[in-house]
Amino acid sequence: MTMESTISPAPERPVPSGPPRSKKSWRDSDTAAATVFAAPSTIGLTVFTVIPIVMSLVMSFYNWPAFGDKSVAGTANFSDLLSSPEFRRVVLNTVVFTVLYLPLNLLVSLGLSLWISTMRRGRQTLRVLFFVPVVTPIVANVLVWKMIYQPNGLIDGIGQQFGVDMPNFLGDPNWAMLALVLMSVWQGFGYNLLVFSAAIDSIPQSLNEAASLDGVGPWQRFRHITLPMISPSMFFATTMTLITTFQVFAQPYLLTGGGPGATTETLVLFIYREGFSNFALGTAAAGAWVLFAIILVITALQFLFQKKWVTYDV
Amino acid sequence: MSELAPPSPAGRSRNTSAAKIRHGLSATLLWLVALLFLTPLIYTVATSLKPASDVFSVPPSLVGKEIRWQNYADALDYLPFQKFILNGLIVAVSGTLITLAAASMSAYAFARLKFRGRNVLFAAFLATLMIPQEVLVVPMFSLMQEFGWVDSYRALILPWAFTAFGVFLMRQFFLTIPQELADAAYIDGAGKFRTFFSIMLPLARPSLAVLAVFTFINYWNSFLWPLIITNSVEDKGTVPLGLSLFFSQQGSQWNLVMAASVISMIPTVLLLLLLRKHLVSGIATTGMGGR
Repeated sequence: MTMESTISPAPERPVPSGPPRSKKSWRDSDTAAATVFAAPSTIGLTVFTVIPIVMSLVMSFYNWPAFGDKSVAGTANFSDLLSSPEFRRVVLNTVVFTVLYLPLNLLVSLGLSLWISTMRRGRQTLRVLFFVPVVTPIVANVLVWKMIYQPNGLIDGIGQQFGVDMPNFLGDPNWAMLALVLMSVWQGFGYNLLVFSAAIDSIPQSLNEAASLDGVGPWQRFRHITLPMISPSMFFATTMTLITTFQVFAQPYLLTGGGPGATTETLVLFIYREGFSNFALGTAAAGAWVLFAIILVITALQFLFQKKWVTYDV
Repeated sequence: MSELAPPSPAGRSRNTSAAKIRHGLSATLLWLVALLFLTPLIYTVATSLKPASDVFSVPPSLVGKEIRWQNYADALDYLPFQKFILNGLIVAVSGTLITLAAASMSAYAFARLKFRGRNVLFAAFLATLMIPQEVLVVPMFSLMQEFGWVDSYRALILPWAFTAFGVFLMRQFFLTIPQELADAAYIDGAGKFRTFFSIMLPLARPSLAVLAVFTFINYWNSFLWPLIITNSVEDKGTVPLGLSLFFSQQGSQWNLVMAASVISMIPTVLLLLLLRKHLVSGIATTGMGGR
């Protein structure tokens, strides 16, 4: 580009305040430009993120109906929530979902990414295939699973062929949560699969080859080479997955509607109903802050314990 | 898995053909797993082409008595599904354009310009990433009421167009551009704006593309916010909302619902194919994607 032509004539150019590095002129000219450049994002984030955060905090201390008069509630929204069996049930459901979902997701995504990495051909194609449900609209994904799960649906139909009685997955309290988890893992693990794939691809081939020549077995190589090398990615994947898992909404909303009973009613589903069916925005805001608090505590704990298993210095 | 590598140096030559067979078996098995994994999507497409009477046939079959392309025309005609697609495109395209413009501009400021409070402001930007969407949607709804924006395109687009994430991503990229390039432009007489538009942005095309694709997909697939902010679904509804409405009204017509599902997947799957070469590296460097 212009580099060569400009390097030699540079000193001749009469720049009043000396060479370009001179602090004064750079800073003066930068501030005006920076204001223009940073303004849209700063204003946008202020209006659509910072103000709502403040509003949300205020709302959580009010009785705030969607339409009509507001009144101060103090900490009542929070204490009501925390003492309500319904809310506790919802939190418990969300925790159960996470406890089932997270290990399953990590196991499948890590296992498949390792498996795919041994392939000589078609790696990229396979990775893209597993990633498809991540980008297809979740509503579409949920609807087809509803067809698969329901009586006379695909699973039940195959069962009938072999004379096996299948449970009513979405209508049976014992099965609904599991059905929800399974669908969610199908829909979401492709993301972590790519995260792990990227990490595995970046491990120097020579490391495994050298170990292999030294007679180190596959399991030992996985344990002492692959696992430490990808531990930062595992930390990243675990943290991000946990955060998004606590926010599960579309699957229970469309697949089970929170039912049967309240077996699959999750935290965000509860927040949605409080806010936009019961129009109790104050309660909904308080619920959202409880959710945020839970996420914060868990993330903080993860960062605290990462030293024990995450290796950064390879 | 990794057992496929030769087990010991001594056995290597003897085992090559055995290893080949094992590798072949492993590959076949993996493709079968992929096929099993794709069953729901195949089932979606298959059902979308069946006559209504064949949807729950026993035994289940992939193909109905006839291939009924008419389902797609019916799905498009039923409800204003075409309107949902148009709305979805309007929202996703303009949302993506605004996101790209705002993110790249401020990223340039944070990466390349010196101004007082730069680090504090950037830290404040990053802090907003920690807030879950659920905390925001409740007050955002009230805010939209205040603005009188309920049930408008503005309300669907603007609240999510300014993300610290995009700023962070673009900033990471601008930091890698050598300072000499900017100096050269400066000495050539280009101002900050010229430097940004004629040097930085063209160089940033790959990063912009990754950000654009993921932003588009997020807008196109978004469900919770449109569900909250749209009153007249038939007028302002986007595709996922239209799909769920379609389902709640026509839940029994699975073939039409699945045809609508397939239609809703087309843009994102196309973008995924477009992006596939950059997918792994894009995820690795940006950590973005599904939500």
